[in-house]
Amino acid sequence: MSNKILPLVLGAAMGVAATTAAGATTLEDVKAKGFIQCGVSQGLPGFSNPDSQGNWTGLDVDLCRAMAAAVFGDASAVKFTPLSAKERFTALQSGEVDVLSRNTTWTMSRDTQLGLNFAGVNYYDGQGFMVRKDLGVTSALELSGASVCTNTGTTTELNVADYFRANNMPYEIVAFEKADEVVAAYDAGRCDVYTTDASGLYAQRLKLANPGDHMVLPEIISKEPLGPVVRQGDDEWFNIAKWTLNAMLNAEELGVTSENVDEMKASDNPSIKRMLGAEGAFGEAIGLSNDWAYNIIKNVGNYEESFNANVGPDTPLGISRGVNALWNAGGFMYAPPIR
Amino acid sequence: MSVMEQDSAGAPARASLLNDPKARGLFYQLVLIVALVTLGYVIVTNTIANLERQNIASGWGFLENTAGFGIIQSLFPYSETSSYGTALLVGLFNTILVAVVGIFFATIFGFVIGIARLSNNWVINRLAYCYVELVRNVPLLLQIFFWYFAVLRAVPGKREKWSLFDTFHLNIGGMRLPKPIWETGSHMIGIALIVAIIASVVVSNWARKRQEATGQQFPMFWTAVGLIVGLPFIAYLVMGMPMYWEHPNFVETGPILRRGFELNVGINVIPEFLALTAALAIYTAAFIAEIVRAGIQAVSHGQTEAAHALGLRNGPTLRLVVIPQAMRVIIPPLTSQYLNLTKNSSLAVAIAFPDLVSVGGTVLNQTGQAIEIIGIWMAVYLSLSLLTSAFMNWYNQRMALVER
Amino acid sequence: MSDTKMFHIRTEEAPLLPAPVSTTGVIGWMRQNLFSSISNTILTVIGILIAYSIVAPFIQFAIVDAVWNGENREACLPQDGAHGGACWAYVKAYFPQFIYGRYPTDEIWRVNVVYALFVLLLVPLAWPSAPFKRTNAILFLVVFPIVAYFLLTGLVIGGSVILPIVETARWGGLLVTLVIAVTGIVASLPLGIALALGRRSKMPIIKMVSIIFIEFWRGVPLITVLFMSSVMLPLFLPEGVTFDKLLRVLIGVTLFSAAYMAEVVRGGLQAIPKGQYEGAMALGLRFWPMMYLIVLPQALKLVIPGIVNTFIGLFKDTTLVLIVGMFDLLGQIQSSFTDPTWSTPSQGHTGYLFAAIVFFIFCFGMSRYSIFMENKLHTGHKR
Repeated sequence: MSNKILPLVLGAAMGVAATTAAGATTLEDVKAKGFIQCGVSQGLPGFSNPDSQGNWTGLDVDLCRAMAAAVFGDASAVKFTPLSAKERFTALQSGEVDVLSRNTTWTMSRDTQLGLNFAGVNYYDGQGFMVRKDLGVTSALELSGASVCTNTGTTTELNVADYFRANNMPYEIVAFEKADEVVAAYDAGRCDVYTTDASGLYAQRLKLANPGDHMVLPEIISKEPLGPVVRQGDDEWFNIAKWTLNAMLNAEELGVTSENVDEMKASDNPSIKRMLGAEGAFGEAIGLSNDWAYNIIKNVGNYEESFNANVGPDTPLGISRGVNALWNAGGFMYAPPIR
Repeated sequence: MSVMEQDSAGAPARASLLNDPKARGLFYQLVLIVALVTLGYVIVTNTIANLERQNIASGWGFLENTAGFGIIQSLFPYSETSSYGTALLVGLFNTILVAVVGIFFATIFGFVIGIARLSNNWVINRLAYCYVELVRNVPLLLQIFFWYFAVLRAVPGKREKWSLFDTFHLNIGGMRLPKPIWETGSHMIGIALIVAIIASVVVSNWARKRQEATGQQFPMFWTAVGLIVGLPFIAYLVMGMPMYWEHPNFVETGPILRRGFELNVGINVIPEFLALTAALAIYTAAFIAEIVRAGIQAVSHGQTEAAHALGLRNGPTLRLVVIPQAMRVIIPPLTSQYLNLTKNSSLAVAIAFPDLVSVGGTVLNQTGQAIEIIGIWMAVYLSLSLLTSAFMNWYNQRMALVER
Repeated sequence: MSDTKMFHIRTEEAPLLPAPVSTTGVIGWMRQNLFSSISNTILTVIGILIAYSIVAPFIQFAIVDAVWNGENREACLPQDGAHGGACWAYVKAYFPQFIYGRYPTDEIWRVNVVYALFVLLLVPLAWPSAPFKRTNAILFLVVFPIVAYFLLTGLVIGGSVILPIVETARWGGLLVTLVIAVTGIVASLPLGIALALGRRSKMPIIKMVSIIFIEFWRGVPLITVLFMSSVMLPLFLPEGVTFDKLLRVLIGVTLFSAAYMAEVVRGGLQAIPKGQYEGAMALGLRFWPMMYLIVLPQALKLVIPGIVNTFIGLFKDTTLVLIVGMFDLLGQIQSSFTDPTWSTPSQGHTGYLFAAIVFFIFCFGMSRYSIFMENKLHTGHKR
């Protein structure tokens, strides 16, 4: 095999530095190399998951594709780096990835202490509990004395500790490194309860032997706003990430889809005109071309399309929009206007 | 050729500095030091700059912050309100526990399989051979997954159990054992145990001296057993039986969630621990078996024959002649297997057993103190390695052939 | 004295003894090896029971109940509630990914070329009596790595793409396992030799540095080394400089295995009789020529089995990279469990079983080779 990758590349790396992001802005850097390096999960159905051909799909993946479409007009100008929960922030900080779109919860300490910026929320999640139906449990408050399976190294581990302590319930925590292991252990009956983000519960339930035997309890014990993350100190790139997400949301609100975007270009609605670049120069303001949003919608689609294709009711995950509906449909999704 | 270029031994002073081995040696070492110092300097300055940029406070202060996460198994009281330092200590003790229990079983399995490899019985011999080859050639991590995920499914669920003598119970929640509860006065039992151990050592020294002087043997083994079992038992009776067993409580009625074993009653050996120890013991045993086989084969058959000629029966021959000699061959590689087992126990992280690496990983995630945590890992494993090898070296020296 | 009878002549035939129990044929063999005594018989029965209780369910799972063909999970779902057998159809569907990872389909020929070159160069190198050893070794250790490097990662000269770049994040499966194991072992060889020589050096500082280095890496578990290279190494580098993730792992693995390699090589150096050193010095050879011409060729030949054993260890240990989020063979198999198309209760067991079989074939084969070489080399300095 490639026996001497090490000495070869080590020499190169030591001498000239493998890839350098220092000096140039992220946008210049991305344009120079011709693609966006996007950090994703190691496999979470619906959010970022590789299929048997190795193509990445999911809600988080679509966001990276949308950014690539905005920058290059080509949704495939993106490369994915699967990252574990442990590595994700280091990878972003060190410049290994340009954007981290890996179902990452927006918390204050992450936003302020790690040199990161959260560019918005592309999925409002919350931590939930899944149990076997035959336990006869209807509320998380009945879970006293239960053994709980979860992932280690995430906020879920802390939330569950807080919740059981606050309600004065004894419990037993079994915390695994990888989601697959949690599912396997829960399915084998090691634990009474499986807890993670509610979206994750729906995704992982598919992997159980008899998904119908399990139910998700109504309690949501935490706020988990998941969103894309970029490095602090590069406002231009931060804006691109932020407005890519906003463009997808605005497109849904204005009824622009990948199918009708060409017709919509001729629309009389000034909001649509501004968004699609027919009026004003909003693209140039963030360092892109004026048809940036058109490219996003044309190549990736609006938020609704992405949601329905990856996690929506017609997918195996079958998650309804719920709080992730637009603000005018009873949800939390609210994008500032483009004007 | 080069012979001609060599300076004659009589005139070393004329050798150029370049050819003087001492000067050259000094030069090489100097270069090495300079290179190492430069490398160290670059790394330290880069790290400091990076940490500052990322707003990560370095130092050990975080050890006193509240951990906030639960740990399933702890050898001493731990709760979510304990500090990160306590959490890491829990991990350290769990690592040591796995290592000690794993080494114990690996040694027993290893010796049994090693001897089975030398058996004349074809079936036993082949079985041992297949065991060794199969286990040695499959990655340990895969075996841990096997024991945890495949075997786990085979044991009864949480609301059922397998019981042995109504004392040991097994289900998917782990193995439940009765727990000794010590009441006041029970410290005498501990004291009696210590006295018994000291007495056994004294008696064994005396017995050995007597045997060397007079040739008379003394039933040392049974004396020691008698002392170590008897004395604490007498103390137990004298103090008015200050200890009782708390049996695990299996609830069979009420809501389904409440059924099964009650939390925190009796001892619960969690399945993660069982799987990890089983995998480690079985994996390492395969290597130990080969070491034992090689060790026994290294003892020349003449030794056995000579022992028989002296009138020793099979048992004493094995015990007094073959094994002591084989041990000399066995101990050094055995030591490195023990070290391997200890280091491999870090794979606990894959099946949620809270060992040092697993707990440390969680702390690392919560605090971002990568350097400190990895430093703790390295320091702990290095000292465990050094301690184990120091102990085994001491034992090896004791066992070594005294040359005359 | 003469009247005492000093001899005895048998006058009648001795009674016929029963025929000795057969020691040949199946029955005889069984009598000798399995049922020679009561305890032996009990052992045999127990042994057979153990073997049966392991082999029978295994065959049941892997062959009898197995599903060989199918399009998706429907084929492998257990009928009437029982746990199904192995789902080989799933392995079949994922087989390319297990071997190549997510390497682009159009470029897979490049991996195949590397695999082929590897085998073509390794087989004659490993074959003791094959000719052109030196050329072969140079090709394998110097030319092949360069060719393989460019084949696998891609080649762009002056802006014109000759081979499209394939970033290492798309590598996976057996490819990554082999890249890590082979790079680890080959790159650690020179480092290991240097450390072994350093440890035997008379220069105190070099000796001390070597000992500290070796004992440090041998004292810590590989998993902490991997965590270190994935989490801590980026901190050591100046701002903006990043290492490829695979490269970081390779650095960790190489340093780790160099320490083990050093001890193996040291064993070989110690096995060379002092006379060889003295002879070389008497010829006036200096240190490096002596090492290069006299000692190392002999020592390295002696340690081939040791190197192979280290390689087996490293090959198995590459599975640990899945814990730091790389997709080696086991990691790739685990990651395929997240695909809902194939998720069935037996998917995990099937995947792990497949991994176990692959690893066993590789490791067992190599250990046989190691034993073969050991026997072959057992002739040198035996006294």
